[in-house]
Amino acid sequence: MRPFTTLTGIAIPLGQANIDTDIIMPARWLKHVTRSGLGIGAFEALRADPANIFDSPRNKGAPILIAGRNFGCGSSREHACWALADLGVRCIIAPDFADIFAGNAVKNGILLVELPEAAIAQLLRAAASEEITVDLHAQTVTSASVAPQSFNIDPFRRKCLLEGLDDIDLTLAEADYIDMFEAKRAETRPWAEIQARQ
Amino acid sequence: MMAAPRTLYEKIWDDHVIRSRDDGIDLIWIDRHLVHEVSSPQAFESLRMAGRNVRRGDLTLAIADHNVPTENRHLPIADVHSAKQVALLEQNAAEFGIGHLGMTHPDQGIVHVVGPERGFTLPGLTLVCGDSHTATHGALGALAFGIGTSEIEHVLATQSLWLRRSKTLRVELTGTLAPGVSAKDIALALIGLIGANGGTGHVIEFVGPAVARLSVEARMTLCNMAIEAGARSGLIAPDDVTIAYVASRPEAPTGESWHKAVAYWRSLASDPGCHYDRSVAIDVGSLAPIVSWGVSPEQVIPIDGCIPDVDNLDDPSDAEAARRALDYMALRPDAPIEGLPIENVFIGSCTNSRIEDLRAAAQIAEGRKVAANVRQALVVPGSAAVRRQAEAEGLDRIFIEAGFSWREPGCSMCVGLNPDKVPPGERCASTSNRNFIGRQGPGARTHLLSPAMAAAAAVTGRLVDVRRMVN
Ligand code: SF4
Repeated sequence: MRPFTTLTGIAIPLGQANIDTDIIMPARWLKHVTRSGLGIGAFEALRADPANIFDSPRNKGAPILIAGRNFGCGSSREHACWALADLGVRCIIAPDFADIFAGNAVKNGILLVELPEAAIAQLLRAAASEEITVDLHAQTVTSASVAPQSFNIDPFRRKCLLEGLDDIDLTLAEADYIDMFEAKRAETRPWAEIQARQ
Repeated sequence: MMAAPRTLYEKIWDDHVIRSRDDGIDLIWIDRHLVHEVSSPQAFESLRMAGRNVRRGDLTLAIADHNVPTENRHLPIADVHSAKQVALLEQNAAEFGIGHLGMTHPDQGIVHVVGPERGFTLPGLTLVCGDSHTATHGALGALAFGIGTSEIEHVLATQSLWLRRSKTLRVELTGTLAPGVSAKDIALALIGLIGANGGTGHVIEFVGPAVARLSVEARMTLCNMAIEAGARSGLIAPDDVTIAYVASRPEAPTGESWHKAVAYWRSLASDPGCHYDRSVAIDVGSLAPIVSWGVSPEQVIPIDGCIPDVDNLDDPSDAEAARRALDYMALRPDAPIEGLPIENVFIGSCTNSRIEDLRAAAQIAEGRKVAANVRQALVVPGSAAVRRQAEAEGLDRIFIEAGFSWREPGCSMCVGLNPDKVPPGERCASTSNRNFIGRQGPGARTHLLSPAMAAAAAVTGRLVDVRRMVN
C-alpha cells in the first residue's frame, strides 16, 4: 500500500449529505472481479451531466474530495474505494463517514479527514480557487485562506497510512497467539465448531 | 470482588479477544464467515497472488445470491458477468476448501437468510460477511458485522480481525404493535428518529418487552436495518425464543455440546447496571406503518403523514438533501403520501423474505387481485427452504392466484445485479432496505415499507394504510 504523508492539490467540492456507496459505485460495476479500472464507473449518475464537477478540466484527477455528513453509507462494497482511488482520490474530507467505508478506505491508502460542518463550509468555498493541503503528520488541513484545521484520527489507522502497512503480514506474525486462542476455544466452547454439514 | 456489569456486546467481545494491543485495538477471533460472489473474487485473487491459504475453511460458507436470476434457473445465467462471478465463487470455494451452496443447491438463498436457518449462525459467536446487512445475524445474539474485501482476505487468511471496540447504543422498545404494524416499521421509525448516521460508531442493542415478544424472524428484520442507521451491528440477547429457534437447526450443536451452549447463551444477557454510551426509547404501540419518501432510509413518514415541506426543515443541508430527494422521487412537498400510485412491488430481500414475512403478505393478498396499474409484483423467498415451507403452507397459490410472480430465492430486485429491476422513472413499493438513488435500477423510485404494506400496495395499485385491510 502506498504510504500517505502530506498532500497538496485540488479538492472537488462535492458537498451533499449521505453520499451512499450506490452513488459512488453503482451496482452494475460490482460485476468486475478485479480491483482495477473502476474509476470510469465512479459517480456514474452525477457524471452523466456533462458539466459535472468530477470531469471539469480543473478537477479531473484531483486528489481530494470534500463531502457532507455520512459519506460512504450503505453497502460494504470495497469497489467504492477502488473506484475512488482509480479516479485519483487520496483524501476525503467530511463531517463523518460510515464505519465500513472508513475501514475499507484505510486499506486502500485513502485518508479520511473528519472536520466540523463549519470548517467543511470554509473549505468548500476555498476549494473553488485554492489548493488544499492535508498533513497527516501534523493532522491538519489548510489552504491559503483557511487557517490550519486540526483533525483526529485513530492512531492505528494513522500508522497504517503513514507506513503503508499490509496488516495481513502483521497478523500472521501473531500466529502463535491465534493458535493458542483456537486451542482454548476448542476446549471451552466445543459447540462453536461446525457440528455437521449436509 | 464482583466483576463490573457488562453489556451483551462486551461479553461476546471479551470472549473473542486473541490479543489486546496498547493502542486499544484488539485482535478478534471470527467464528463464522459467510462469503458471496460479489465481494469475494478480489480477496481470493489476492490470497492466490500472495500464496496464502484459508486458515479455517470449515468455518466459512460460500453462497451465490446477488447475481442469481429468480426464474428459469434450469437455464445458464444469461448475463456473462453474473455467470462468471457465480462460477468463480464455486471455483474459489473448491480451490480453498470452503463449503459452497451454488445456485442449484437445495438450500441456496440469501446469505443472511441461509446462515440462521441452517444453524450456521449461533448465539454468542462472531460472524462476518463481505456485506453490510450481516447485522441481521445479531438477532440471534451473534456479534455480526459487514466487512470489505480486504477484510475478507484477512479473515480467510487468519480467521481474525484487528478491531477497536464500538460504542453501544441501547434501543428500548416498549408497548404492543398495532395490527398491520411490524418490525419493519419499528426499524424505519428508528432510522427516522436517529438518522442514517445516528448509529455510526455504535453497536445497537435492542432491549425491552416489545423485543421479547418478537419472533426471531422479526428480530432479524430489526437487526438487518441497524446498518441503515449507520450501526455496524444490531444485537439482541438470546432468550427462550432464540433457543427454541436454534434447536434442531442442521448445523446446531447436539447432545452434551448443546447443553453447554445453552448455558453459555443464557449467561450473555446484559447485566443490570451495565453502561451504554447512549440510549433511545420507542413506544412501538404508537407506531403507524412507515413508508420512505426519499432516497435515504432516514427520509420516512407514517403512511397517514405528509411529505415534508422542505422549506421548513431547520438544517440547511437536510433541506438541500430533501429537495434533491423530492426531485428524484418526483414528489410534491406537503402532499399526503397515501394514495400515491406505484407500478412495481417487491416482496423479498434479506430484510423481509422469511416465512413470516410471506405469511403477512399472503394474508393481505388472499382473495384479492394485483391492481391493473401494477406491472410487476414479485414475491421472492429468501431461501429455497423458505420457498418449500411457503409452498407447503399454500402461500404460493395465494400469491399466484392474486397475480403475483412467485420466484426462486435470491437478492432479486433489492440490488441491480440480476435481471429483476425497476424500470427508470417508475415507483416500487419494496420490502428491501435501501431507497438509494438507482439502487433498484437506474432511475428507479423506491418506497421502503413492510411486507403487509407492500401486498396492500400491490392489490390497490397505490401506497395505502394496511391497517384498514387487516382484521
Ligand atoms: S437482499 Fe439486498 S441487502 Fe440483502 S444481501 Fe442481497 S443485495 Fe444485500
